[in-house]
Amino acid sequence: MNHNHPVFTDNDPQSELVTLNLGPTHPATHGVFQNVLQLDGERIVSGVSTIGYIHRAFEKIAEHRPFYQITPLTDRLNYCSSPINNMGWHMTVEKLLNIQMPKRVDYLRVIIMELSRIADHIICNTIIGQDTGATTTFLYLFQFREHIYEIFEEVCGARLTTNIGRIGGFERDFNEIAFTKINKFLKEFPVALKEFENLLTRNRIFIDRTAGVAEVTKEAALEYSWTGPLLRATGIDYDVRVSDPYSSYQDFDFEVPVGTSGDIYDRYLVRNEEMWQSLRIIEQALVKLKTEPKGIFHADVPEFYLPPKQEVYNNMEALIYHFKIVMGEIDAPKAEVYHAVEGGNGELGFYLINDGGRTPYRLHFRRPSFINYQMFAPMSEGMLLSDAIINMSSMNIIAGELDA
Amino acid sequence: MEETTLNNNIHVKLTEKFGEKVTAVSEPYGLLTFVTYKDVIINVLSHLKEELKFNFLTDITAVHYPGKDHGIAVVYHLHNMVEKVRVRIKVFISEQNPTIPTATSVWKGANWMERETYDLFGVKFEGHPDLRRILNMDDLGVHPMLKQYPLEDPNRVDKKDEFFGR
Repeated sequence: MNHNHPVFTDNDPQSELVTLNLGPTHPATHGVFQNVLQLDGERIVSGVSTIGYIHRAFEKIAEHRPFYQITPLTDRLNYCSSPINNMGWHMTVEKLLNIQMPKRVDYLRVIIMELSRIADHIICNTIIGQDTGATTTFLYLFQFREHIYEIFEEVCGARLTTNIGRIGGFERDFNEIAFTKINKFLKEFPVALKEFENLLTRNRIFIDRTAGVAEVTKEAALEYSWTGPLLRATGIDYDVRVSDPYSSYQDFDFEVPVGTSGDIYDRYLVRNEEMWQSLRIIEQALVKLKTEPKGIFHADVPEFYLPPKQEVYNNMEALIYHFKIVMGEIDAPKAEVYHAVEGGNGELGFYLINDGGRTPYRLHFRRPSFINYQMFAPMSEGMLLSDAIINMSSMNIIAGELDA
Repeated sequence: MEETTLNNNIHVKLTEKFGEKVTAVSEPYGLLTFVTYKDVIINVLSHLKEELKFNFLTDITAVHYPGKDHGIAVVYHLHNMVEKVRVRIKVFISEQNPTIPTATSVWKGANWMERETYDLFGVKFEGHPDLRRILNMDDLGVHPMLKQYPLEDPNRVDKKDEFFGR
């Protein structure tokens, strides 16, 4: 039997090196990753990453599903910020179909996407705290992910794998409870985030563990196609929301934080600052929503937007459109489109080729975790094992996105 | 479709340098797309990287068009972060002998993208330092994204794709 993972158990009794299988289910790796490391004492001499433990062939499945059925697949990419994936996919299809979205839908989407970004960054930063020995920070901030999930629950009914929205908008309008919860979150979260920063940002132990560890130069980051907070921590201000605005991000005033050395401490700071900026964006979006006409939660495109069930049963046109959408019979142009959104970990791209069939001819996900992670093994060389562990946490590698 | 000035400039510069080797230029949804050939692909990529400031390799993937002479398209997405412009480059290669030079000499990050493409489509990237499967197991034996492999178990009678028009 030929195994995918290299087994390096060194049979040479004279060897100075120790082989360590870090993973696939090591408690410190937060996911299914295997790294076969050669250790000299506590230092890593070389490493080989093996991935694919939860490969679910999404690209193949997507070739056999109508557009609207692909949304749940995208949930399971980066499951820490599913709504960004869902909406990225919806926007890809809307780009293909040339649908103009009403501003109100754009702003509602922005609110949800920024909440997801906060949820994603909460996980990553609290886990860095946890892995450097600061469980308190984890417990303090992590409950706010719960509050964000409650907002998602209010909007779409689901929490983790949200399947939020539809092609063409949302399935229903935000209710009053959702807005109350968003406002409550905006009031309570800054206090907790400030407290979190007080605990870690100037903490001597935390700085000693993270500053100057796993430094990455700008050149190396670009060479390895890094995106997202990791790239910005090296000092490059690339953010898809700014360079290639989607969902009306150009209407918002926010800053793109950058680091200088690309080390773990910078990544932590960049993510923290991004949470503050996300809060700013959400506040602006709530203000902008007040001037938009009420009750609009989807674009007026009945031929592409799945109608509500009660209309399907009582209305001829809705029944026809429902049937066509469900059977994948919508008139989508034969074209190819690439659309990128700024996911929690970087540029999440959708490359969609439509040949006029019921399903995409080809759909490729550009998954930031997959592309970011390939630098992990080369950059671990010469690093202490304990530093490699927090390096992995700070890269925020999500197994679902890594393996697709 | 009218080309935007930025894309037109890139198009002109590429044609000056590579002439006939840059063909089928189009601009779907504003993204400059062209087809080139595998003997010049590395030159095209390096030229775009060094001279035209496409410093960022966004993605490498492939598409399978069964039944054509050159049935596998290897697709590169590049990004010029300064001028905020992207290009898409396609190279059509033969299905029987799917080889293409590796882009790892231009971007190190191409490594895993090419391994994924090899794993799913069987495209052999010549000169790649470590061309192994990455997502599937080594003894899978097939390259599953090729269109001849069905999604469902072919022995099932209730899940035939043709009933669903797929």
